[in-house]
Amino acid sequence: MRHLNISKAADGVATLVLDNADAPMNVISLNFVGEMEEAIASLTTDENVQGVILASAKSAFMAGADLKFLVGAYDGLTKREHFEFSQRVSGLLRAIERSGKPWVAIIDGLALGGGLELALACHRRIAVDRPGTAVGLPEVNVGLLPGAGGTQRLLRIAGVKTALDLLLSGRQLGAKEALTLGIVDEIVPANEAFSSAKAWLATNPDPVKPWDVKGAQAPQKLGLLVPADAADYSLAAAMVAKKAGYNQPAAAAILSTVYEGAQLPFDKALSVESKYFAQLLSSPVARNIIRTSFISRKAAEKGARRPAGVPKSKLAKIGMLGAGMMGAGIAFVSARAGIDVILLDRDVATAEKGRQYSAKVMQKLIAAGKMAEGDAEAILARITATDEFAMLASCDLIVEAVFEDLAIKAATTEKAEAVISENTVFGSNTSTLPISELAKASKRPDQFIGIHFFSPVDRMSLVEVIMGRQTSAETLAKALDFVAQIGKTPIVVNDSRGFYTSRVFQTLIHEGAAMLGEGVPPAVIENAAKAVGMPVGPLALLDELSFDLPLAIVDQAIEQEGARYLVPAGVNTLRRMRDELGRGGRKAGGGFYDYDEDGKKRLWQGIAEHFPAKDDWNIDDLKARYLYAQSVETVRCLEEGVLQTAEDADLGSVYGWGFPIWTGGTISYIDTVGVPAFEREADRLAQLYGPRFAPPKLLRDMSRKGIQFYVAAEQQDHVEEDHAELAQS
Amino acid sequence: MPEAFIYDHVRTPRGRGREDGSLHEITSVGLATQLLEALRDRNELDTALLDDVILGSAQPVGEQGGVLARAAVLNAGYAQTVGGQQVNRFCASGLDAVNLMAAQVIAGMVLGGIGGGVEAMSRTKLGYDSGPWSADPAITLSNHYAPQGIGADLIATLDGYTREDVDSYAIESQRRAAESWSEGRFGGAIVPVRDAIGEVLLDRDELIRPGTTLEQLAKLKPAFEGFGKAGFEAVIKDRYPQVEQLSYVHHGGNSSGIVDGSGMVLVGSEAFGKSAGLKPRARIRSYASIGSEPTIMLTAPAAVSEKALSIAGMSKDDIDLFELNEAFASMMLRYMRTLRIPHDKINVNGGAIAMGHPMGATGAMILGTVLDELERRDLNTALVSLCAANGLGTATIIERV
Repeated sequence: MRHLNISKAADGVATLVLDNADAPMNVISLNFVGEMEEAIASLTTDENVQGVILASAKSAFMAGADLKFLVGAYDGLTKREHFEFSQRVSGLLRAIERSGKPWVAIIDGLALGGGLELALACHRRIAVDRPGTAVGLPEVNVGLLPGAGGTQRLLRIAGVKTALDLLLSGRQLGAKEALTLGIVDEIVPANEAFSSAKAWLATNPDPVKPWDVKGAQAPQKLGLLVPADAADYSLAAAMVAKKAGYNQPAAAAILSTVYEGAQLPFDKALSVESKYFAQLLSSPVARNIIRTSFISRKAAEKGARRPAGVPKSKLAKIGMLGAGMMGAGIAFVSARAGIDVILLDRDVATAEKGRQYSAKVMQKLIAAGKMAEGDAEAILARITATDEFAMLASCDLIVEAVFEDLAIKAATTEKAEAVISENTVFGSNTSTLPISELAKASKRPDQFIGIHFFSPVDRMSLVEVIMGRQTSAETLAKALDFVAQIGKTPIVVNDSRGFYTSRVFQTLIHEGAAMLGEGVPPAVIENAAKAVGMPVGPLALLDELSFDLPLAIVDQAIEQEGARYLVPAGVNTLRRMRDELGRGGRKAGGGFYDYDEDGKKRLWQGIAEHFPAKDDWNIDDLKARYLYAQSVETVRCLEEGVLQTAEDADLGSVYGWGFPIWTGGTISYIDTVGVPAFEREADRLAQLYGPRFAPPKLLRDMSRKGIQFYVAAEQQDHVEEDHAELAQS
Repeated sequence: MPEAFIYDHVRTPRGRGREDGSLHEITSVGLATQLLEALRDRNELDTALLDDVILGSAQPVGEQGGVLARAAVLNAGYAQTVGGQQVNRFCASGLDAVNLMAAQVIAGMVLGGIGGGVEAMSRTKLGYDSGPWSADPAITLSNHYAPQGIGADLIATLDGYTREDVDSYAIESQRRAAESWSEGRFGGAIVPVRDAIGEVLLDRDELIRPGTTLEQLAKLKPAFEGFGKAGFEAVIKDRYPQVEQLSYVHHGGNSSGIVDGSGMVLVGSEAFGKSAGLKPRARIRSYASIGSEPTIMLTAPAAVSEKALSIAGMSKDDIDLFELNEAFASMMLRYMRTLRIPHDKINVNGGAIAMGHPMGATGAMILGTVLDELERRDLNTALVSLCAANGLGTATIIERV
């Protein structure tokens, strides 16, 4: 066996050690399942084996299922086959449980998802006392549910309420909490785990689970005859509506699995669990979430877009120009990653204020027990606040985050380049100014690149790396090495107005403003956006942003492009609000909302007078407009070469501005709808609401050719050629 | 086709629906039995003339389950040939029971019978009959279930009713109920409830609070905000995206009270009346039931009233008095606004906000109340309706003979 080691001792105790031969983590894959089936059968039938200790040779017990396999399963398998797969793994665990021999799991490190399910099937769980030991069933976060008995064992061990809490939040528990909830049976020091397991086995424990005892009753066999249980489910459903909304089927399926399973005998309950699992695995939502948030994201972090052949670099010191909100944030995440930071601003006091931002953030982390004080001091010591450009001399990379103005940025670039070495890369954290324009101020435009962070920097994981016309592959590699070093997720785009993220984000906020101009009531505008899964409504976003910014972008574009420029849909509303009604956003004293002293907001009552509401709105159209406006603009970015991959598009939309994860991202959404169906709907919306919805040629060609953006792995090469061909035609 | 006539009706007083309520010791079947006995005795009725007794309960489980009607028929000493049937349309059950009895009479399959309902709310825990609509997660999610009080607050939010609007309505309900009691207007229908040794336990509606003021009500905390914040606001906004924030205006003082009680209506054909030697008091002109949007839940009455009017070939101007169960103040205001009914033509003797709402029994009770009032004022027509959970609603139009 490649992934398992079995040893049998003379005292009748067998030890089964999980040791994935292909990866640093144990995962549930088809190979693993096959070997486990064999191992369980042999241990069960071997008369010399009295009990089994299950442990891991890795730093974690087991991380869960092989997510790549699950994504492949969406395209490759039928619903029936998904059900059978779940039943096969479930049956494997059942075979442990009903082997007639006691099994002990030693959880040393993480036991998540399928890993915890495996441990739950054992007759005793021993947790090793170390900080890394944690258990959890995080499947809900990838649009799935535990499909190997996890929902049913957990509710029978810890009770329905605890099970729902853990299953619906997906949160991890430390060993202590797991012990309190009965999920593990004891906590021991690392060196006592095996002796403790053996000692328990030596007591000849009864290997029959409570639910397998003759005459055992399902925990909620009375079902809805118990009013308190009925009330709990009613409220739990409302909490699911609040937290997950109506677009993510996993939470609802978990609720039903628990509700129905708690009334059924165990094996029947396992079968129902497998059916709901199959339902989820067959829906595109789980596929979308896993593909974007795990597969594409991991690939991006591992350098999917990094040019091959450039040696990897490690940065020791960066120069951060500008200690405002963005500069201070970038300085913090860099210092936290072990990089020395020269934080420069116009005077030392301003620079120091930026440096103190790190101290503030870390104080909160310390208070929450998430950081040690010593670490915080070391991090803060890595940041040097200064107003002297000479200090930049030995930096490996410069990140500029000064005021968004071409002239100011040009002057800063010149001052920095006067001191830095010839091969230092210069990155600009601009969100709107074209990189190629900024690069004109540089002596070395091939070493000039955009490194666009999102606010707040320490919480937003995305970095949009922007190639100027002359930016070299080496420069890109270095920028990506920096992003990797600070643990962020990069996408790589080409220069254009607003690059990718800001450009497509504009379509979202303008769509909301346009709706107001059409007479859609403001609450409907906001709720429609939230109904598709946007975290914040566009009017609230605009208020926070202040209307000056999007209007300045428009004004500049009109100046540069004249009649060729398609003026965004919400411009008239924004101008009226700001210029005629004196409501330019929150900083201007209020915009679409009024704000009280505590920062609480209510929609501005004056909207009804100045933008009289009509009652002909159609919520389904409004919801579609948000998603389509953004997805169509994203296709334009692909068509124009601003974007080069569907993965970048999806990652950028989900992690840059909160495009709903259930869609997988702006491009994944199109595949989910189906390219031809998306084209038809976009045509319909264009007819009704304007040319911004008109399907770009790339989309029409794909529809005609019957291809989509993502394909199953084996067809990948062929279709990439198709894309290249289409983009050129 | 035979017509269906109302020959008599009775109700118990409504006892506070708690352990300290006066009727708490009386079982549900006990309440029903005492009304059956009263109907028989005061009409000197040969019970063998009756074909069926249909009783509604909104929670037909436990002591209210098992076709309680049949148990009550036998317990009251009715002829054993009299059938028994149980119906449930939540809060409209009592009126539906009367309508079903009328329908059988009109169909010619039944000569006479009793329709009504019973709900001993102090004895049956709210939620015993939860059901899939509110508690099976898959159904509550697809159904966009929210508690009724949230629906009531939603109506107030959409229509712009303020806390003062709904509280003022409640105070008027109290005032009317108190006035009606002091003038003895309910006397003809009330059957005092007796205990096991034959002594009267209760002969008046117990929950009523005469002299309630706006200031008193203003002190009560909104009852449903906790539910809303826990998650039901999200449910509401998915169905009603025009809602920015729910305004929580309902509380115990402007919502129907929890009480114990029973009500029954004796229905039969003309031939039945002749055999029994009884004079008809009113005919049932039409009835209707509908489903409406389930999340707001409480707005069926206007539409179901229109349907009943249309079946009867009448317009709302042909109706002299309206009676609508006061589940919550806002749905009363919505009904009056939608159908343009002046307040002095509806619930003229107060309603459930003052006197309580014994769920499955209320329909039969308020049908009787409005018939008595038609006779007292010498008017002719009345329309009775109730909203019921999950968007259901039932209405009945009666006309004096």
